[in-house]
Amino acid sequence: MGQLNENDLVKIKDGVSFIPGASALVGPLNRIINWGRAGSIWPVTFGLACCAIEMMVAGSSTNDLDRFGIIFRASPRQADCLILAGTITKKMAPVIRRVYDQMPEPRYVLAMGSCACSGGLFDTYAVVQGGDNFLPVDVYIPGCPPRPEALIEGLITLQKKINQEQGRWSQLV
Amino acid sequence: MSRKISFNCPVQAGDEDRYRIQMGPQHPATHGVLRVDLDLDGEIIRKCNPHVGYLHRGFEKLAEHRTYVQNLVLTDRLDYMAAMANNVGYCEAVEKLLAIEVPQRSRYLRTMVCEMARLASHLLWLATHALDIGAMTVFLYCFREREELLEIFAELCGSRLTNTYTRLGGVRQDVTHSIMMKLEKFVDSFPSNLEEYETLIDTNRIWLKRTIDVGTVGADEAVGLCLTGASLRGSGVDYDIRKHFPYAAYDFMDFEVPLGETGDTYARYRCRIEEMLQSNSILRQCIERMPPGPIIGDDAPDLIMPNKPGRKVEVDVPAQQSLIKLVEDRETFMEGDVYVATEVPKGELGFYFVSDGNGTPYRMHIRSPSFLHISALKTMAKGSMLADLIAIIGTLDVVLGECDR
Repeated sequence: MGQLNENDLVKIKDGVSFIPGASALVGPLNRIINWGRAGSIWPVTFGLACCAIEMMVAGSSTNDLDRFGIIFRASPRQADCLILAGTITKKMAPVIRRVYDQMPEPRYVLAMGSCACSGGLFDTYAVVQGGDNFLPVDVYIPGCPPRPEALIEGLITLQKKINQEQGRWSQLV
Repeated sequence: MSRKISFNCPVQAGDEDRYRIQMGPQHPATHGVLRVDLDLDGEIIRKCNPHVGYLHRGFEKLAEHRTYVQNLVLTDRLDYMAAMANNVGYCEAVEKLLAIEVPQRSRYLRTMVCEMARLASHLLWLATHALDIGAMTVFLYCFREREELLEIFAELCGSRLTNTYTRLGGVRQDVTHSIMMKLEKFVDSFPSNLEEYETLIDTNRIWLKRTIDVGTVGADEAVGLCLTGASLRGSGVDYDIRKHFPYAAYDFMDFEVPLGETGDTYARYRCRIEEMLQSNSILRQCIERMPPGPIIGDDAPDLIMPNKPGRKVEVDVPAQQSLIKLVEDRETFMEGDVYVATEVPKGELGFYFVSDGNGTPYRMHIRSPSFLHISALKTMAKGSMLADLIAIIGTLDVVLGECDR
């Protein structure tokens, strides 16, 4: 095997390259791990209200989410993303917190729709005024409900955010 | 010093197979956030206790502080699979209370959007019901058709799911030529698409085994359990509000009410499939017979156009005051109560208003079919297998937004 030439590398994304024929990735560990994580966001199948229907539409045939590597998992143990799709009531909030706690690190939270962002039009005794009251929300998606394209936009924003992370993997070791 | 842990839990003789399981609220097959407490004997359900309230948002209390017009947007979020049907139900009730006349064209438009909502809801029901039982392809096929309907909704009123299309006394916008063309194309192709689903599951052995004789309810029992809609008609009870107490333009429509015989999950499935065909034929009739004319009545509260010609309403009057003003002018705002029921895809949706002559309802009660259907779960699931509970929840076609309100 001769000297590795710069031109032999196939650039996958900024900082991550692929050596053809050797099944190897070249790049800083941060970048490679972030690249892997951003390309395999697995959200929990967890719908709360109206937005869940649009979340299902986003996952079905017309707006195929699988092409982003986004696959819905029924168990929080196998997931790394929680999409708060719908109104969060005070009765439901502890359950959501428990589902979030069951997810392994690193985990991300998307607030989908105005109810999950801020309580929406339900300013009542029964509704939590926004998911950020008890969860660290990464991306907010406005709309009532947001179109599936807006959810995809939110997930792409999350991918961008993941790509900018520094050394989150090292804290786990 | 280590504590001695004993795993020896005393179980009474004969009770080794008894389990208590909590299904939900995070469960993909509970259609949202339903929790079911189960008492199992092996795999057989001895006791089934549904718990609701995980999506209680306080609709009825919220409605007391908003005007009749403002409450319209709340009804979208009740049964979010068929928001149009809720809008129509709400408007029919308030129009009866305020004695507002609806022009003929907007009655036809309401019938049209109602049936489109019925198709969208039934398609979603078929998709999720089949997905729960294990047929993934049907899910993808159904969403393909549903998406066409939602795009028509988006073109009609700018929103896919929460439409708020109807107004007191009419509808928000007239249909355009392009909408009618798209709808006609959909109506033409839909029966063949429906056949496609039937070839997938109608004679599928797994589907038959999981639906025939599962969750059987007799006609008398179904009436006793307050089932409505296709869940009731699957047991052979001929009750459809569209046919027997017609609203909107249903009395001009020519359609049949499909009935089942056996009252099991398969009968209800056939009922809904037949209903989709009937809805399709109603849509065709709407397209063909759509009468010309205004889309909003002359005596409707001024909402869509503040300076409509010939009406004396200040532009910057808040909605509540303008409604009170209108009421004072016409002196038709009655005190008392009114109940109006409409046939939404899930069953009978009723709005009950108590009015004290103010601009806001004193009390708004929603008789939602899903709430009563969930209470029927207790009886229907008793004695069946654990896996059949998924099929029973699916066949009742519940939506928790409407159930918990």
